Amino acid sequence: MCRLFAVTSDEPLSPMVALRSLDVMKEGHDGSGVGLFMTDMGGELEPFKNSPILSGIFSQEGIKKLDQYMMSHGFLTKYKLSIRPSKEPPKGTPKRDIYLIRVYEYPYEWESVEEAEIANRLVQMRVQLRKLGEQDGSMVVFSFWPDVVMIKEVGDPMEIAQYLGLDRRGLQARIIMAQGRQNTNYAITLYACHPFFLQGVASMTNGENTAFVPIREFLTSRNQPGYLGYQSDSEVFTHILHYTITKLGLGIDAYKHIITPLKDHEIGRHPDGSFLKTLKHSLRPLIIDGPNCVIGCLPNKTLFMAQDSKKLRPGVVGGKPGMFAFSSEMCGIDEAIPYREKNYDAQPMKYDTIYVDSGRMEVKRRSQWESCTRPL
Amino acid sequence: MGILHPSTLSVKDLHWLILWDKDKCTLCGKCTAVCPVRAIELGVHRKRILNVPLGLEEKPGNVYGIYHGIRQKTDPIHACVGCGMCNLVCPNDAIIPVHNEEISKLRFHVDIDGEPRRRGGRRNSSESVLDQAKFIRISMLTDPALDAARHEFELRTLLGRILAPEDALEAARDNGWIPPVREIYPLIIGSMSFGALSPNMWEGLQMGVAYLNEEVGMPVRICTGEGGCPPRLLKSRFLKYVILQIASGYFGWDEIIHALPEMKEDPCAIEIKYGQGAKPGDGGLLMWHKVNQLIAAIRGVPTGVSLPSPPTHQTKYSIEEAVAKMIQSMYMAWGFRVPVYPKISGTTTALAVLNNLARNPYAAGLSIDGEDGGTGAAYNVSMDHMGHPIASNIRDAYLNLVKIGMQNEIPLFAGGGIGKNGNLAANAAALIMLGASGIQVGKYIMQAAAGCLGSESDRCNICNINLCPKGITSQDPRLYRRLDPEDVAQRLVDVFLKFDSELKKIMAPLGRSTSLPIGMSDALGFAEYHVAERLNVKHVV
Repeated sequence: MCRLFAVTSDEPLSPMVALRSLDVMKEGHDGSGVGLFMTDMGGELEPFKNSPILSGIFSQEGIKKLDQYMMSHGFLTKYKLSIRPSKEPPKGTPKRDIYLIRVYEYPYEWESVEEAEIANRLVQMRVQLRKLGEQDGSMVVFSFWPDVVMIKEVGDPMEIAQYLGLDRRGLQARIIMAQGRQNTNYAITLYACHPFFLQGVASMTNGENTAFVPIREFLTSRNQPGYLGYQSDSEVFTHILHYTITKLGLGIDAYKHIITPLKDHEIGRHPDGSFLKTLKHSLRPLIIDGPNCVIGCLPNKTLFMAQDSKKLRPGVVGGKPGMFAFSSEMCGIDEAIPYREKNYDAQPMKYDTIYVDSGRMEVKRRSQWESCTRPL
Repeated sequence: MGILHPSTLSVKDLHWLILWDKDKCTLCGKCTAVCPVRAIELGVHRKRILNVPLGLEEKPGNVYGIYHGIRQKTDPIHACVGCGMCNLVCPNDAIIPVHNEEISKLRFHVDIDGEPRRRGGRRNSSESVLDQAKFIRISMLTDPALDAARHEFELRTLLGRILAPEDALEAARDNGWIPPVREIYPLIIGSMSFGALSPNMWEGLQMGVAYLNEEVGMPVRICTGEGGCPPRLLKSRFLKYVILQIASGYFGWDEIIHALPEMKEDPCAIEIKYGQGAKPGDGGLLMWHKVNQLIAAIRGVPTGVSLPSPPTHQTKYSIEEAVAKMIQSMYMAWGFRVPVYPKISGTTTALAVLNNLARNPYAAGLSIDGEDGGTGAAYNVSMDHMGHPIASNIRDAYLNLVKIGMQNEIPLFAGGGIGKNGNLAANAAALIMLGASGIQVGKYIMQAAAGCLGSESDRCNICNINLCPKGITSQDPRLYRRLDPEDVAQRLVDVFLKFDSELKKIMAPLGRSTSLPIGMSDALGFAEYHVAERLNVKHVV
């Protein structure tokens, strides 16, 4: 079973905070891998909020290919925080040449390009790089987006953190999502490790997505360049979220209605019944059917948690103003925020989405029985 | 014996042989009375008893006598159909039809006056790809698998054109037109017309459907077939459980159109029949035997004439035109509040039809009826040899929709041989996982809810000539009074409750409960390699 931990903090944190919390939940995961998503960066990356950061794993050959590719697209390296491990990797972790965290400067011609078009181009470049890398395994690309860093590796999370020196002072973020297991539902590849990210939207999941195949078919038939991969059944949660927010212009409350809609007889009693019915009908293939707990991050830096009614062990949220954590288990929160204010503790029940926005002042709960935001 | 004709047959040449036990027979005559085709008659048999006295005084001799019993006729018209009613009524089990172990010679002679064999029933082949499906993706990874008996399931499907999400939101925002969509139970009672079925059978089914909806809470729908609909039902609140069918004969549509102003409810949907799995490319057929006054009145035709629907819709010249005109005019009749969809027979050209529907914003779905579908009357050659199996047809159609991203917009309904060997829920689940949104079933309902005697071995199959011994497909009150509509209704409810439990027993171990596993092809496996490959699912051994 995956264990998930996410934290949002006014003060930038080292990813070690999240990894230590994963470690105390180790009884619940097999330590077979780690995935890290960081945004709202602090430390050395603080000054580069608007510049795209490329995260991935590269061989020497891959770096050459990358440089060639980026040069041809007019991208110049602005800053590097890459990790070149010199020690022998822990048992079970492959030896890699470089864990790349590289900030780029947009080409001059892009200055007049609209934001939406930039977003599309960045995804297309990431997809092209991924495909280039898949040919010979020289490049594994996790994200290419401003203010986002991702690290993924096979092996025990704490051992990997020590091996890669993730406690370095320059690597800090205000929002960190961490997951402590390689995907073992399907084949083990780095692309199967969550969190997953697409155009400002990230999510990670635990549980088993039993409706994976029809959802994947629905997403891949949307003709979106970023809707690919799916080495893990969890990746569809990120893309459903992306589709909800970016393509349909809906909010996080609609996301919950899409993945776990109210039952037909419940919709009949809901004040927004006819809208929700339309939503449920037209997005029927995206019903997840769980059991799953999803923790995600929105482009506006809101962290949220939701789950379906079959998830027998709800995730938990707790903290204090300025710092809140989302975790599979309470001990994860205890580790990260030992003096939390327990009146903020929350668990999402089957109708709930719990979220903390970038103000980080309180834990908010949104029920599916409330009115649903509609696109303008 | 007289003269031997080419078509002179012995009992041994027939498909069904009557075994009769003289010792058990009480000569009550019930078997000869009940036999629908008069295959047996009173037999006065001669017998010879040898009289061999002891001693030499009296010479041995013969005593000639007679005994009474039954005799099986051997002319093709009266050949036993194997229905077994004789056995059912016999107080002593003295008589039973048995299958001839060799292929009968009868089949070479059922063409008197050059008329090919016509019959009702089914394809008479027990082979079923659907029966081979295994549900292999058992949820073992995470939280405990679901408990089929206790967990809450939502087994519903949608019938109607569903807008793409972007279009649906736009319509919701601008108060635009959203096509009518019905939330229904995924098992639909397929089109069996009033005329093909007896009044008691029809009434029983309608009562059962009403009970399922109003007492059990299962939104089960029933399609009328092309035979119209009794005016009382048209004007009742129960019409909402009914899918009205229109086909090339337009039978009954005069009554339906005239009832429009008095309808309290809209029908569930309108099904336009272009083809039928049992006799693809051929029209409907109600033989004259069954066209009595009642049927004639409902259908708007004279009595005692055969009613063939033409194979083609005479007013249309192509499927494109049919799609455009027929669907739209039916929508208009009910003010765009009722979904309208076509039903076609399984065919390699199904994708062309589907692509047409994809371009028509009103098409509310597509029903495909595979070769194993049943019928009340058809030519034997059509039933035995024409048609496309449903499994690969529905799979191709679904994958085609996936390719164009419309898999949720045009629901596919599959029919034809589902549950033919009794595995209704398993067959239905397999088709749903191959991409069907719902299942249409007819024969299974006739067998389970009314005791139809048909089987895949050419048993009975006389639905066409008004002689149904169970009263299911007969319009003769002496026959259909054997069938109590209340009993049919009760059995129908039993069938649906059982189906519901079994479907849950399949879905729960797969971890599915909140939505129907449409297209969940990773749950399916076949041991036959080429089947798995053709259906694009896992090959398991």
